[in-house]
Amino acid sequence: MILGLESWVLARPEIFLAAATGLLLIYGVVRGEVATPFVSVMTSVVLLATAVLLFMPYREGTAFASLFIVDRLTTTMKALVLVGSAIAILMSRAYFEQVKAWRFEYPLLVALATLGMMLMISANDLMSLYVGLELQSLALYVIAAFQRDSVRSTEAGVKYFVLGSVASGMLLFGASLIYGFCGGTAFVQISRALLDGRGAEIGTTIGLVFVVAGLAFKVSAVPFHMWTPDVYEGAPTPVTALFAVAPKIAAMSLLVSVLMGPFKPLFGQWQQIIVVASVLSMALGAFAALRQQNIKRLMAYSSIGNVGYVLLGLASGSEKGIEAVVFYLAIYLVMTLGVFATILMMKRRDVMLENISDLAGLARSQPMMAFAMLIFMFSLAGIPPLAGFWGKLYIFIAAVEAKLYIPAVLGVLASVVASYYYLRIVKVMYFDEPAEEIDRPVFGINRAVALVAAFLVAVFSLLPQPLSLIAAAAAKGLFS
Amino acid sequence: MLLQALAFYVFAAVTVASAAMVVVSRNPVYSVLFLILAFFNAAALFVLIGAEFIAMILVIVYVGAVAVLFLFVVMMLDINLTEMREGFLKYLPVGAAIGVVLLAEILLGLGVLGSGSVTIEGLDKAGAQVLAVDNTRAIGRVLYTQYFYLFQVAGIVLLVAMIGAIVLTLRSRPGVRRQKISDQLYRPKDQAVTTVKVPTRGGV
Repeated sequence: MILGLESWVLARPEIFLAAATGLLLIYGVVRGEVATPFVSVMTSVVLLATAVLLFMPYREGTAFASLFIVDRLTTTMKALVLVGSAIAILMSRAYFEQVKAWRFEYPLLVALATLGMMLMISANDLMSLYVGLELQSLALYVIAAFQRDSVRSTEAGVKYFVLGSVASGMLLFGASLIYGFCGGTAFVQISRALLDGRGAEIGTTIGLVFVVAGLAFKVSAVPFHMWTPDVYEGAPTPVTALFAVAPKIAAMSLLVSVLMGPFKPLFGQWQQIIVVASVLSMALGAFAALRQQNIKRLMAYSSIGNVGYVLLGLASGSEKGIEAVVFYLAIYLVMTLGVFATILMMKRRDVMLENISDLAGLARSQPMMAFAMLIFMFSLAGIPPLAGFWGKLYIFIAAVEAKLYIPAVLGVLASVVASYYYLRIVKVMYFDEPAEEIDRPVFGINRAVALVAAFLVAVFSLLPQPLSLIAAAAAKGLFS
Repeated sequence: MLLQALAFYVFAAVTVASAAMVVVSRNPVYSVLFLILAFFNAAALFVLIGAEFIAMILVIVYVGAVAVLFLFVVMMLDINLTEMREGFLKYLPVGAAIGVVLLAEILLGLGVLGSGSVTIEGLDKAGAQVLAVDNTRAIGRVLYTQYFYLFQVAGIVLLVAMIGAIVLTLRSRPGVRRQKISDQLYRPKDQAVTTVKVPTRGGV
């Protein structure tokens, strides 16, 4: 039976999220603007509840006529995405209230985008991949332009929409070629066609290149990164925080499950693409960020660089490489949320600050904030014993074991260059002449997020064991 | 077979040419008209490969809704209507040419109808078994069963589009005065009307 009970049981986190979002939407529409605080808190609660639902009880299998798959890797990635989105919603309230754009649709659109991410992580067919991706993208285009009275925000939304549509078009074109040459859109059919040699034609490879290009756009890997700095700078800061974590993780998970799943037989062909994209991303992330003055732009280049490292793990194509990818993404999630929570706290006379030079002398006026930022920057630069170091180490070990010596060396060199701009922020905070005093952060969710994230990053090296066990289990799910 | 290949090349060439004209042409109204032409030709290509359902959907959805919507948007840009009317003769040749091309193509399409489908080497692995029934029926069989999941998710995508459109465009302006009919009806006489005693020859 195609739509047996099993399907509903497997997809229950997604169904729960969709139904709860629908109910909250109706509630918001009926009550109007007064419902906003309640809807936003409830959406975060629903997202976290969905994350809990993923694991109790944990089940594996395929559902809905094999369009949908649940295994260790997808479950782990979904948990990361859900936690990232839930925290991003909580972090955004103060900002949107200040710019008077605090409306109940925002958390709901984030929840729907998260639903799209879960569906694309669970895709087991080129068609379900596409609908999930499109659900995610469409909701994200809207929230990029959410602060609609700001020219920069609307510009970011339009840019993201136009370039995102081009990427979707490329992906669909590639998918149609793959469908034609392999005789099916299901991952199982594609992999069977490639294994018995029917589908191993040049057309399939061209299709694969287009699909990878479309997905590379979503993770902002280098030849397709142009939108990232503008969108990150223009979008409201909490939206940038969300963009930097949840969609990146989801798209990366999708890239892993597409390339390591049905296209495993074409490993030799996609490995070259991924290695080139990875090296270019690491290099661009390091060099282009050197001269940035705006901290959101800087974080955009930093995220491009980080994607480069993750892609290097994927390029190694081994179980260890995928383990390193999951490991790195989890650490990246914590660091990035922490950095953005700190950025969201930086205000001077109630005006949000975005320039690096505004941070001058932060260490003297706000030692706690400065110290949290210091930990994040050291961690992003990859200085041991902080979490970011371990993430990079795992990636490089996997790359070296897969005999990708030159990319690994280039990656280490790029991270040396990148540490310049991370350390520059520390220098500005600790050694520059103090600028005008920054407002005392009120005790709020952002402060809590920043402190918890800083704590996790700082003490990580004492106990990397649990996370690496989770990552190993997730990677094993893909290879069994 | 020759006629069929001819039809394919005509439709394909016109599609590509009119798509190019959409981008190149200076006048946005021409662009939309060429876009409609491109959609019609794409629909004809679908008929040629035996996918009549998609061809009809393309005409109904893209020509019927999307292109007309585009036309509305173009019209609402700062092109004023009298100028458009004045330019009617100027538009007539292009409009007529597009009409003639369309008519010729419809005749060509009717001519090749039923002479089989165009096949491309290596690309035929997917659809062989589907052709056993006509494809509207084939889609109907799987849309709500095998592809139930995709159908539902597509619905959620549309919901997001709707929320997005409302969020980005609907504004509640505090200064706007709306007509409230019930308030008007329940307004008592002494608030609405004043009786003024006007002295004779005095004026108000």
